[in-house]
Amino acid sequence: MTGLPENAAAKKLGLVIDLDICVGCHACAVNCKEWNDGGHSAPLTDEEPYGPDPLGVWFNRIHTYEAGDGPDGRTVHFPRSCLHCEEPACVTVCPTGASYKRAADGIVLVNADTCIGCKLCSWACPYGAREYDYADGVMKKCTLCIDRIENRNLPAEDRVPACVSTCPASARHFGDLGDPQSDVSRLVAERGGYALMPEMELKPVNRYLPPRAPADAPASTATAPAAPPVTDETTARAPAGGTGSRFLDWVDRTLSR
Amino acid sequence: MHPAYSVIFFTSSSGAGYGALIWLAVFAITGAVVPDTVSGLAVFAVALGLVTAGLLSSTFHLGHPERAWRAISQWRTSWLSREGVAALATYIPVLLFALGWILFESHDGGWRIAAVVSALAAAVTVGCTGMIYASLRAIPRWTDATVVPVYLAFALASGGALAFAILAFFTPMSSVWALAVAAVIAAAWALKFLYWRRIDNAAPVATAESATGLGHIGKVRLFEAPHTGENYIMREMGYRVARKHAARLRLIAALVGGAVPAICFLACAALNGVLVPLLAAIGFAALATGVLVERWLFFAEAEHASMLYYGRSAV
Repeated sequence: MTGLPENAAAKKLGLVIDLDICVGCHACAVNCKEWNDGGHSAPLTDEEPYGPDPLGVWFNRIHTYEAGDGPDGRTVHFPRSCLHCEEPACVTVCPTGASYKRAADGIVLVNADTCIGCKLCSWACPYGAREYDYADGVMKKCTLCIDRIENRNLPAEDRVPACVSTCPASARHFGDLGDPQSDVSRLVAERGGYALMPEMELKPVNRYLPPRAPADAPASTATAPAAPPVTDETTARAPAGGTGSRFLDWVDRTLSR
Repeated sequence: MHPAYSVIFFTSSSGAGYGALIWLAVFAITGAVVPDTVSGLAVFAVALGLVTAGLLSSTFHLGHPERAWRAISQWRTSWLSREGVAALATYIPVLLFALGWILFESHDGGWRIAAVVSALAAAVTVGCTGMIYASLRAIPRWTDATVVPVYLAFALASGGALAFAILAFFTPMSSVWALAVAAVIAAAWALKFLYWRRIDNAAPVATAESATGLGHIGKVRLFEAPHTGENYIMREMGYRVARKHAARLRLIAALVGGAVPAICFLACAALNGVLVPLLAAIGFAALATGVLVERWLFFAEAEHASMLYYGRSAV
């Protein structure tokens, strides 16, 4: 049924993504694709993967943003996937009941056997989390790797979503955000984790941990050589927008006249 | 939003069909037309044909048309499901109404009740169509209060023009009805202009800053997209029409779909004889063209919040 579960358990499984340490390597997206291409919503069809306009289904995509300007500006790598909302519009708009939210743990899933491929759920999702599989004619989305987290054939430490298990920077965390004592909930409380686009009132479960301000970043304990200090000399030689060479700057000025 | 032709055709076609059914009921209840087999066959065939063609078009647009029957199950939460239920339910009173008109040549007693129920069911179906769009918060401009009234108004305008044009071929129609159709056409476009003015002046609901939560650092700009090619989301939600072109299309739609049919129906009110059905038919054709452009713009101009992740700064 596309009604939301009435007696939902307190359990809210979800992800916590640390934007401070995500390095933008796309490993989580690749491992997601790898696992889920044989998982619950398999296959994640690629169309013309070697053609000029490849198109394919991915549950997890990594954007990179610039925020702010000047010395306070930051480049932030931003993994984006389904947020497993507490009040998901994608579920309630579904005319067939194929889209549903599990009462036991809040995971939002699609039943590929009853989905009619009307795409309305993807229209209802402001996060762009659902992707239509043109070849299968059904909607697909992040399953939070239900076929890993409950998989008794896997060693206990591997029963986490593929994106979490593969992250080389440990920027991704999986757990119960409905339990205030869980590791993920404590991490969110400690770091000021936030929800995306709260104004859409869908109550996302996933949380993002903000990049730390440069001053708050923990002091580096690594033995990396210190960067050479920026002197007045070097800044004088490289005016904003300049090339760093007096000659080339002169050429640039002359040609710009 | 990507303006898919199947959806544009469905909403315009079935809208005109349901609108025509509402007018037929009004004609029947007020005794404006004498029911007879030939006119009934013609007008119900066209109205139900448009409704059915629209419904079939939207069904074949699905990824799995053979599963379409499942769509009537979730009426408790889904406006799309409600639309499906309402559309199917509408056939029952409409077929009875048609039976009375065509076979029994009567608008009295039970047939009159069938007419009233037909009109209500048709209006509810069009209302559900509008609510499908108006309930999507991810497309903020569609949540505007004028969206459902605009859908209803264009259904009434195009349906009125259609029903009048067909019936006028068989029986002289009172000039009051021609004036009524002209008035509804004017009202529909007035509502549409109100919608356009409101969406042009609406404050953004969500921004790249709220979508990423990085606003505390400063202005957020897309530095690198997740992939070099397109994806489903960009194809479906990323369509954008240049403001300049949109402004021109709005004008064309209003002239072709508003001014031309309004003049045609005003002329119908003033004239007699064979010119009336002819002018009404021209008026309907112009209105239908205008509605198709208006519907195309409804989709093409709408901005989806997911595009905030792909470089838009506000929706």
